[in-house]
Formats: sequence, C-alpha cells, structure tokens
Amino acid sequence: MRASTLDAILVAREAKTALAVVTRISDGAQCTFDGASADGPLSLSSAQIEEVSDRMRNDRSGTFDDGALFAHIYNPPLRLIIVGAVHIAQALAPMAAITGFDVTVVDPRGTFATEERFPGITLNDDWPDEALEALAPDGRTAIVTLTHDPKLDDPALQVALRSPAFYIASLGGKRTHSGRLERLREAGFDAAALARINGPAGLRIGAVSPAEIAVSILAELTAIRHGQSAVRAAA
Amino acid sequence: MTETFDALARDDVLRTLATWRDEGRKAAIATVVSTWGSSPRPVGSQLGIDGDGNLVGSVSGGCIEGAVAKEALEAMQDGEPRLLEFGVSNEQAWEVGLACGGTVRVFVERLEG
Repeated sequence: MRASTLDAILVAREAKTALAVVTRISDGAQCTFDGASADGPLSLSSAQIEEVSDRMRNDRSGTFDDGALFAHIYNPPLRLIIVGAVHIAQALAPMAAITGFDVTVVDPRGTFATEERFPGITLNDDWPDEALEALAPDGRTAIVTLTHDPKLDDPALQVALRSPAFYIASLGGKRTHSGRLERLREAGFDAAALARINGPAGLRIGAVSPAEIAVSILAELTAIRHGQSAVRAAA
Repeated sequence: MTETFDALARDDVLRTLATWRDEGRKAAIATVVSTWGSSPRPVGSQLGIDGDGNLVGSVSGGCIEGAVAKEALEAMQDGEPRLLEFGVSNEQAWEVGLACGGTVRVFVERLEG
C-alpha cells in the first residue's frame, strides 16, 4: 500500500466521509474511490465502479470479479443519538462507543448532560426536536429515547419517524408505550410509522440495573444492525 | 475513558501503521478479504505488523496472527503482496490452530514508506 493511500483513508475518517480502497489481489495495485472519482494506479471499469458504489451503500467490504479484486469499504461510523442524559445513558453511551458508534447524547436539562457524567461523549443541550433536525438522521443512524418524559421523548420521536433512521427505540413500560403511541397517532403517524418504534426498548433479557438495560438496548440495536429483525418477535 | 474508546476503535490499526511509517519503521498490513463458515473476524479486519514483529489489531481470534506476521516480515523484505488461506482443509491451518471450522483468506501487503 502506498503511503498516500493510507493517508487518504485517515483523512476520510477524520472528515467522516466514505472511501473505498480497491486492491488487485494478484499484484497489490490499488486505487481509492470516494463515491465520485477514482484515484491511483489501478483503473476500474464502469461496471467495477458500479460494484464498488453498491458495496459502499451496503457497507459491504469483499472480493468481486471472481476474487480478482477486493473492495475495502471505509464508511464513517454508524451514529447513535440518545435522547435523555439519564443513568441508563451513562452506561449505554460508552458501551455503544466501544461497539463502534459515533454517540451523541441530547438533553436540554443542563444538570443531566454534563462532561463529568459523560466523559468523551458528544453532548447536545438543544430541545430534542431541534437537535435531531440539526443532526439530520440518515439510514446509518439509530435513535433511542430514554427520558420517559413526553415533553422530551415525543418531539424527538416525531423527527425520528420522519427520518430514515435504521433503529428507533423508546424506553418505558407497556402502559407508557401505549400512551406514547396514542399521542403519536393523534399527531398523524400511521400504523406503519408507529411500528418502526421498538418499544419498550431492548431485548427481554431480564435486565434490571441501568447497565443491564443498556446491554438489552445495545443487543437489540446490534441485532437489527445485522439484519436479525425476527429477534424481537422471538423475545 | 476516551483513551479506552480510541484503543478499541477500529481505526487504531491504520493510525498505528501511519505512526510506524512516520518513525521510519518497516510495516505491513494484513486484511481479511474473504471468509467461509464460522470465522472469528469479519471481512475487512486488519492486522498491522512492524519490522520487529510488533502487532496491532487482529485477523482471527489469535490463532493465525503468528503465521501471518511471519509472511508479513517476508513481504516487507521482498515487497511482494501475498494471499494467504487458512482453514480446516489446510494442513498448515491445523498447525497454526484455526480449528474453529472456518476458512479465511488474508491479503498481506507492504506499507510503502
């Protein structure tokens, strides 16, 4: 690998932009592809560019053309937006960060979202709907609301449901959750939209403590990230 | 705690490789390019090796890193990339201990200074 190729990967990571490195296995010749143009000694056909673009969209590194070429996809990390800088968030934020998520904790209540409680985690003290709109969740974003407070959770969920976020979850027991669904229904969301909310958040693993509840949420998030959508129904 | 995140973050291997290169050390990169059956690390997993045999990252659960590092040291010398295969059908795989029922292909290349 050329020094400039390694530098290009590190620059893309810093900028949180996607980059693919394509390698010809037989001789190690490489090029980088940023989604628009390729750069480097290895030249790609339009069909190969299409294959690499498809792999970038699907976050799927791998060999193609009968194993002759390898595309290494360096996509920016998946994002997790946690609404509510509560006790569970103190466990969930660092655990998700270790799992590879770029984590942001949103809570307008200044006493909750402090650097002391969330060392190394990005904090946002805007009102949840404004914060989420500014963060512009995409198909590589997960959103979890943890406040139990409709004034904070509901506006966040409204923005989440209008976004293509791949995972939306909301903490709260069955009664809290059915009340939440009723309010969102009145706000104009249909059954298909409401079905996107994983609620109550997390897999049923008998979690009791805040850290255990964080494990159950992260487990569900991991399952859905890897396409194990049936896991919830089986729980 | 931030340091813990960084140490476990996936970009640790490439950052370390860049540091080694900047210090003038020889280095090579091993990347899992394909897997079959149960394999401990997904495609794209990387192991960095320096000229003294120091390792960062992983391409298996620790079973084949030694064998990969040996090839990496040779690649640093001759500059030739290599495609290695480890699996239960491979005699060498048993020797290096990838007995988990999977097969893994690892591409090894020298990092140019």
